[in-house]
Amino acid sequence: MDVVYFAWVRERIGLPREVVETQAATVMELVSELSAREERYAMAFSDISALRVALDQELSDFDAPLDGVREVAFFPPMTGG
Amino acid sequence: MRISVQDAPFDLGRESANFATGRRDMGAIVTFTGSVRDLPDDPMEAMEIEHYPGMTEKAITQIAEQAKARFSLGDVLVIHRYGMLVPGEMIMMVATVARHRKDAFEAATFLMDYLKSRAPFWKREISASGAVWVAATDADEDALARW
Repeated sequence: MDVVYFAWVRERIGLPREVVETQAATVMELVSELSAREERYAMAFSDISALRVALDQELSDFDAPLDGVREVAFFPPMTGG
Repeated sequence: MRISVQDAPFDLGRESANFATGRRDMGAIVTFTGSVRDLPDDPMEAMEIEHYPGMTEKAITQIAEQAKARFSLGDVLVIHRYGMLVPGEMIMMVATVARHRKDAFEAATFLMDYLKSRAPFWKREISASGAVWVAATDADEDALARW
């Protein structure tokens, strides 16, 4: 699946988008897999309460299943307006 | 309903006039414009606005649809910019039109409250002392609770 990052999450991880091969059943499992990869991922995901997640461009939550999801996005709370 | 996510500046006068023109059955038009505010103690060189292409347009459309379902509105306009802006530049505008002003004002406030924390934009303030991501506040989130 495609995993995309925005704002300081993108900066900490060091890339805007990547393709991830995963069997993770939920967002939280995907976060654990990514965090185990390298320190920069562990740092970006160290405080989940400071992050938001979107599944196929709809806001979702970390317990959500990844069944059929093509694009997962991680970003900080939004600051529009 | 028109939603535009763009890097180019917009002409507030022309957008407002176009939006307000030819609505014989509507008596109230509200527009709100947000602009880049300089930092009091640390002059800002630029504000960079990042967004999530694709999701941004969808999220704003959903917010505008909610406003239309909730208030008695004739139409809604949302323009929101991204990219590099300097203090004083206009970031975004919303306009609402209704038969009466209460719906027009409330819908504009509703749109602004939701755009602030449910549309995927992230602001970064760039000054001589560095670049800082603007943090969302509890007040932004609390503003949604009243709706």
